[in-house]
Amino acid sequence: MKLSFEKSRPGRFFPVMPELDVPEEKVPPELARAALPRLPEMSPPDISRHYSELARRTHGVNDGFYPLGSCTMKYNPKINDEMANLPGFTRIHPLQPEHTVQGCLEAMVRAGEMLCEITGMDAMTFQPAAGAHGEFTGVLLIKAYHASRGDGARTKIIVPDSAHGTNPATVSMTGFQAVNVPSDSSGCVDLDALRAAAGPDTAGLMLTNPNTLGLFDRNILEITRVIHDAGGLCYYDGANLNAIMGIARPGDMGFDVVHLNLHKTFSTPHGGGGPGSGAVGCKSLLAEFMPAPLAARRGGGYAFESPPQSVGRVSAFYGNFLVMARALTYIITIGGDGLRDAARNAVLNANYMMRRMSGAYDAAYPGTCMHEFVLSLDGLKREAGVSAMDVAKSLLDRRMHPPTMYFPMIVKEALMIEPTETESRETLDYAADAFLDIRLQAERDPEALRAAPVSTPVRRLDEVNAARHPKLRYNFG
Amino acid sequence: MAYYAPSTEDEQLEMMREVGVSSWDGLYADLPEELLLDGLAIPDGASEFGAQAVMERLASKNAAFQTIFRGAGAYNHYIPSLVKQITSKEEFVTSYTPYQAEISQGTLQSIFEFQTMMCELTGLDASNASVYDGAAAAAEAAAMCRSRDRRAVLVSEAAKPNVISVVETYCYAAGAELRRVPTRGGLTDGDALAAMLDGSSACVYIEQPNFFGLIEDASALGRIAHGGGAKFVMGVNPIAAALLKTPGECGADVAVGEGQPLGMPLSFGGPYLGFMTAAEDMARKLPGRIVGETVDADGKRAFVLTLQAREQHIRREKASSNICSNQALCALSAAVYMTVMGPRGLRQAAESCFSKAHYAERKISSVRGFEPVYEGEFFHEFVTACPVGTESLMRRLESRGILGGMPVDDGILWCVTEMNSRAEIDDLVSILKEVAEG
Amino acid sequence: MYFPKDVSYSRTHEWVRMADGNTARVGITDYAQHELGDLVFVNLPEVGDEAIMGERIADVESVKAVSDIFSPLSGRISAVNGAILDAPELLNSDPYGAWLFEVRGVTEHEDLMGAEDYERFCEKGE
Repeated sequence: MKLSFEKSRPGRFFPVMPELDVPEEKVPPELARAALPRLPEMSPPDISRHYSELARRTHGVNDGFYPLGSCTMKYNPKINDEMANLPGFTRIHPLQPEHTVQGCLEAMVRAGEMLCEITGMDAMTFQPAAGAHGEFTGVLLIKAYHASRGDGARTKIIVPDSAHGTNPATVSMTGFQAVNVPSDSSGCVDLDALRAAAGPDTAGLMLTNPNTLGLFDRNILEITRVIHDAGGLCYYDGANLNAIMGIARPGDMGFDVVHLNLHKTFSTPHGGGGPGSGAVGCKSLLAEFMPAPLAARRGGGYAFESPPQSVGRVSAFYGNFLVMARALTYIITIGGDGLRDAARNAVLNANYMMRRMSGAYDAAYPGTCMHEFVLSLDGLKREAGVSAMDVAKSLLDRRMHPPTMYFPMIVKEALMIEPTETESRETLDYAADAFLDIRLQAERDPEALRAAPVSTPVRRLDEVNAARHPKLRYNFG
Repeated sequence: MAYYAPSTEDEQLEMMREVGVSSWDGLYADLPEELLLDGLAIPDGASEFGAQAVMERLASKNAAFQTIFRGAGAYNHYIPSLVKQITSKEEFVTSYTPYQAEISQGTLQSIFEFQTMMCELTGLDASNASVYDGAAAAAEAAAMCRSRDRRAVLVSEAAKPNVISVVETYCYAAGAELRRVPTRGGLTDGDALAAMLDGSSACVYIEQPNFFGLIEDASALGRIAHGGGAKFVMGVNPIAAALLKTPGECGADVAVGEGQPLGMPLSFGGPYLGFMTAAEDMARKLPGRIVGETVDADGKRAFVLTLQAREQHIRREKASSNICSNQALCALSAAVYMTVMGPRGLRQAAESCFSKAHYAERKISSVRGFEPVYEGEFFHEFVTACPVGTESLMRRLESRGILGGMPVDDGILWCVTEMNSRAEIDDLVSILKEVAEG
Repeated sequence: MYFPKDVSYSRTHEWVRMADGNTARVGITDYAQHELGDLVFVNLPEVGDEAIMGERIADVESVKAVSDIFSPLSGRISAVNGAILDAPELLNSDPYGAWLFEVRGVTEHEDLMGAEDYERFCEKGE
């Protein structure tokens, strides 16, 4: 398919603006750029078709099953988009006087209060624009807390080896050192290793629960106790909240600060990689450090407040407000009971799919899973020479998005499957059958799997050459 | 049946049987009993119909102004209808990060086109797929420039205060120092900058145009930065960039900015778009996602996420940033916007901003008490004095459906874009006259 | 697998070629490039940096992994091989030609192995 630049024809110009109604002023030549940027020159119908063609080469949740583990690719209710696009939200300037934005402030306060109830936290900010941004913000709260107590010796943050890569990266970005603790044979935090790692230099712990293996760590209360006893704080990576919302709360598990991925758990769309929202909640002991400004109730209305020892801003304004508005719409639509039912169905769907595939594939940790489960295709690779990558690519020919591949790193040839609650049993059966069919084909014709996909707009890509000799922009020649 | 979860009660029971549990509790057997909730203190589902009523009530409590003379980091521009339509396509809206390139060529190619356009706009060699917003982009750029010995970030006090604040937060996190370069006459003070630079200076950050709307002598500031061994980072307004000397022409190592003016509504501050471009020798230091061109197994041109070994999911604690997403849909908005406008349309919008702002500045500053505060050339924002309390003036304008300029220390920071008609400007001026004459 | 005799080998799979008594070039071995797969980029130290025996001095990237390179000797970096920045494939196709960096003023070095010992070391490692 051609690039827009290759469809461009010099001189094609379709103005969308009227003629100037004031005297024309020219930028002094010494301040002006030498040449116009080489943007495409295309007609509106050709632009429309260009992007329709690109859309056809994009697989969204609306196109088919998307069991991408850890990403919670649930259905994105259209009412969310419709409400976020109300002119009463989209046309509001972020620096308007407070009395003219009471609706925005109320929306933030109400969404914050409900998310506090869901997580067991006391305060919530929507400034972080994504999960990783939320981690950054949350760990900064921990940093500010220890600093405010003059406790400069706490330089380390404990991260289990099953953690998302963002966790250790966040630790470094906030000036801490990451201390890895291994998982035990059941896939949960090794308690002895944790006790050995915790001490007077421990600033905190970052943990995902259910963890990235899809397991709820049953020692969670002991884990947070060990950290608290050592004087550290506990950070909850909310990537997997979808399994337990309305069932149990991070705050009750002993966590002091959480981030949520509103674009996962609360059904806002992912937009091809963003915008999301990484709302951060904390217990009252950390509330004074929250990023400023923070929407709050004041008098009978709403206002922005500056927490007294704020770590500062993490966004230019208040984060991805329209994403928050979508999440709020979702929570109001399905309610407290609906959130609990969503979690239950997410867990049931994952267990059902795991059961349907058992026998043909090895679960990394058999038993009941939470909202997702991890397969290890190490055996298949050794027996038939078919890798997790080959299976994933073969799924593309069966009209579904593959699971997350090669993560978590502690499982060899991992495929991580998260069906979500919004898939019907027929879809789960279809997907399970596809997996089973691929397993049979691995015996009969492994070469075909290694050549997959064959039905997609392009086939497997040369990623090595892309990285060795990067071409990061169109070359006008 | 729960909203959006399709299984009927019978199906749920059958599936439970298959799984080997007899109730929901069976699925949660690993959870300590003391953690199990007895429901949330959140009302039961209101349905889509009910939620719509609540959200519409909230939206109606805000004042959406017909006429806007406020910028200061968020700008009111025309958004062509194609932008809204194309960015509403469900394939773009509901897909995730394009990990599976074979079925994500649409997202990948659109980002590749976006990267090319941002390189063109800024006159630099490489672009990433975008970051959270313009402030985060500035903070990430500062991190790109830090080395073992050079860690301090020098930020012009003529940069937007909220951007400085975010850079400061990131510096606090990294244990790096932020030093503020003073201004003279609303412009970054080059002499002061030269005196501040030393062997610990990682980079100098300035904005073009700056917070007061003034056009900086960026080339000169860049020479001073480089003379002190520091990198030069420019935060640019993308509409102004269509007219002004590019960061590349000014010798910048990295250019960043807030992409919201390129087809994104004001939206109470987000989602917006942080863009980042760099000179070739800095390209590998760009954080976040980057799309590159390659070929598939049949030799066909295709696009893929590349240079991934820089990123957190591989480097973990050795990664320089934890970012693992971009504002893809916003980048798409910007790409469609620039495609619809084309080079001439974008220049037209920029020239319109420039002309109208200059018309407005002449008119406003002719009103007694609203004299301009600074002398230099500006783009589409300018500061005037204000002879009365700004709050009462804003209330007065508000009652006429106008969002006035942003109150700042020395007066009011006005912003005029192609959206403001001559009649609106004349209207504003007549209200200011009423106010000035008491 | 190729184990040339004109270089010495470290336990972390770097090779060392001494130019004279106190200058040496360092690269990664054929065994290492084989294990790491297609290499796409290398992060090199800067000229003037101090190399410390046993400490991380560079890293090499494949598409989906990054691996540390440890300095087998102490001294000061006197040159880096710019050619492999433009053509990282040389690390795979010509590992003993594609040196990474040069150390001058070598003050100490690890207990390095000869070709035969290293070959046995690799066999055992598998």
